[in-house]
Amino acid sequence: MADFTSGFWSWFIGITTALSIIGLFVFLIKYSTRKSKGSSDEIETMGHIWDGDLEELNTPLPRWWLYMFFITLVWGVGYLIFYPGLGAYAGILGWTQVKQLEAENQLANETFGPLYEQYLNTDMAVLAKDEGALKIGERLYASYCTTCHGSDGRGARGYPNLRDDDWLYGGDPEAIKTTIMQGRQGAMPPWEGILSHEDIFNVTSYVEQLSGRQVDTMHASLGGDIYKTNCALCHGEDGKGKYMFGAPDLTDDIWLYGGSQKKIMESIKQGRNGNMPPHKEFLGEAKIHILAAYIYSLTE
Amino acid sequence: MTESSTYNYKVVRQFAIMTIIWGIVGMLVGAVIAAQLAWPALNFDVPWLSFGRLRPLHTNAVIFAFGGCALFATSYYIVQRTCHVRLCSDQLAAFTFWGWQAVIVAAAITLPLGITSSKEYAELEWPIDVLITIVWVAYAYVFFGTIVKRKIKHIYVANWFFAAYIITIAVLHIFNSLAIPVGFLKSYSIYAGVQDAMVQWWYGHNAVGFFLTSGFLGMMYYFIPKQAGRPVYSYRLSIVHFWALTFTYIWAGPHHLHYTALPDWAQSLGMVMSIILLAPSWGGMINGIMTLSGAWHKLRTDPVLRLLIVSLSFYGMSTFEGPMMSIKTVNALSHYTDWTIGHVHSGALGWVAFISLGCMYYLIPRLYGREIYSVKLIEVHFWVSTIGIVIYIVAMWVAGIMQGLMWRAVNDDGTLTYSFVESVEAMHPFYVMRFLGGVLFLLGTLIMAYNLWKTVAGSKPVTASIPEPVGAH
Repeated sequence: MADFTSGFWSWFIGITTALSIIGLFVFLIKYSTRKSKGSSDEIETMGHIWDGDLEELNTPLPRWWLYMFFITLVWGVGYLIFYPGLGAYAGILGWTQVKQLEAENQLANETFGPLYEQYLNTDMAVLAKDEGALKIGERLYASYCTTCHGSDGRGARGYPNLRDDDWLYGGDPEAIKTTIMQGRQGAMPPWEGILSHEDIFNVTSYVEQLSGRQVDTMHASLGGDIYKTNCALCHGEDGKGKYMFGAPDLTDDIWLYGGSQKKIMESIKQGRNGNMPPHKEFLGEAKIHILAAYIYSLTE
Repeated sequence: MTESSTYNYKVVRQFAIMTIIWGIVGMLVGAVIAAQLAWPALNFDVPWLSFGRLRPLHTNAVIFAFGGCALFATSYYIVQRTCHVRLCSDQLAAFTFWGWQAVIVAAAITLPLGITSSKEYAELEWPIDVLITIVWVAYAYVFFGTIVKRKIKHIYVANWFFAAYIITIAVLHIFNSLAIPVGFLKSYSIYAGVQDAMVQWWYGHNAVGFFLTSGFLGMMYYFIPKQAGRPVYSYRLSIVHFWALTFTYIWAGPHHLHYTALPDWAQSLGMVMSIILLAPSWGGMINGIMTLSGAWHKLRTDPVLRLLIVSLSFYGMSTFEGPMMSIKTVNALSHYTDWTIGHVHSGALGWVAFISLGCMYYLIPRLYGREIYSVKLIEVHFWVSTIGIVIYIVAMWVAGIMQGLMWRAVNDDGTLTYSFVESVEAMHPFYVMRFLGGVLFLLGTLIMAYNLWKTVAGSKPVTASIPEPVGAH
């Protein structure tokens, strides 16, 4: 939205401000030049007495204070001539905070850009062994990734661990780079209402069995049928997941949203929504190239 | 003795006592949340003990319960004694006391429960806002009604400041709190986006300007000349700085929103007016301190006077620091850091709390017709609390500047040198220091409470008759 919805408001701000500052000048000059009541040098009281003994002297304004006041007023006028302030008037310097940001970004890109560009044509698998690149990657990771994935890269519930070899969208450098560049939306639909509670319990047993847990085989086998009809499309016939959908591998006993029976049932009932934000516009490809190489290097 | 020939000391006494009680409560909550910042486990995973809920309880308790009661007590006392008349309505004055206590109790219940409008320093939900408005209108009626009845034509300077504070706070409170209720304890602000932020800080900054500055300057203009036994230094200075302060303060709010979605012109205007505000602010300090001309020796022997004068020194320091921090370049470093917290507390502890407590030392013994129990204990209070303030603000200066520098430090590859959590970790020793500073200040206030308790215990409230004005009027 524009700052001003009509020309009136710009003038309103500008004129009010100008009159206010002029008014302060006039007010100050008036009170600093008016003679005290008495003509002698002795400072007299104002002649009123409150509450028995409260009186006021009429000492003239301290000079240094008065000058300080004038200086701040003059400075204010100068600032408003050079910088925006008087409504839509842009100021002689044409400064805006957006221009300041752009100038700082440009300076940073000119200063540091070449440093990142030199790595862009190197294969990420090679960079993952390059000490210089890894150092930069680690710093980028500390600034931009730790909030969700943790300072050790081991993630948290709902935020994937980047150190294991279990990947939702693929763990080769290119796939990691695409994930960071474009972001990911991992949606597990909710099944409550579509499947009965019993079905959900059975399919949970089956999924637990896929990860090698000891479960009631009857429930698991009933669950297997439900799995093939409803889950296999994304998670695969074998339960090993599919990168295309970001559907997790269900056979490795690694659980993004918790692996207890209760949590697995919750995931099936309520569905899940994972969101990795895109970083292409924000960081640029050169930095992401190094960052992806660093994350690739973390896999243990 | 008829009612009309005596002052209404009852309501002054009630507010004065509650000033001390709410002061201790508010400072205690402050010490608790300071400890939580240093040792986060101290919230014990109990929702209503968590920082996010106790912090507004602390700010509301110290500003509106402690500061508010001090302002009610002193303004009712001063307006009567400088107008030489009893308050215009005893019933309404009593209503303001009980109404204000009801507001405070409602705040103490709703805020820990997480019931909040989420507006800083105006968190209370709409039914409580309505009650505040009603109490405030009654307060204005009592104050201005008493001014109208005055026996001395000239209105004493302290009353100008109280008048400005009462009127402006009414306007600020009403417009900032405008909201659409969707239930008994839930409402949504009628402003949205950056307009909401601007209204919020127009209110927030002027709560500092008119509640915590104008009101307390009103106290200063009565109690310092009284305690020093000297006339006010300059009537002319009081006129100039009063009008300049009142006029300029209201513009300064946007300096809280530098480098945000707020348009550039509004940010600049806020900054320019903040710089211009320096001289008007200092006018009050000069007038107070210079009132001691010819009585400087009293500072050595009179700890109450020292408390009042030191409060003015902190006032002068904060009102220099404020304009400096409003400069965009300085603000780019100081904003969002603990420097802001340090700045607020040098004003809140050093200026607001010290002048209030100094006034209570003057007021409470007189309301009960006693001499203070122990001058020695006032000395102890003064030093314990002063050391507490100094530790607090030095810790926050160091912490704040360190945070600002850590956040902007970059490596030779342009990446940030420190991740955010490293800056949090670096704060720990300073948060511990701040906690100790706060505890010392609280300890000083407890010493004061003990001293005042020993002073008034077993005494009878004073009934003061109204003297005839002296001199020609």
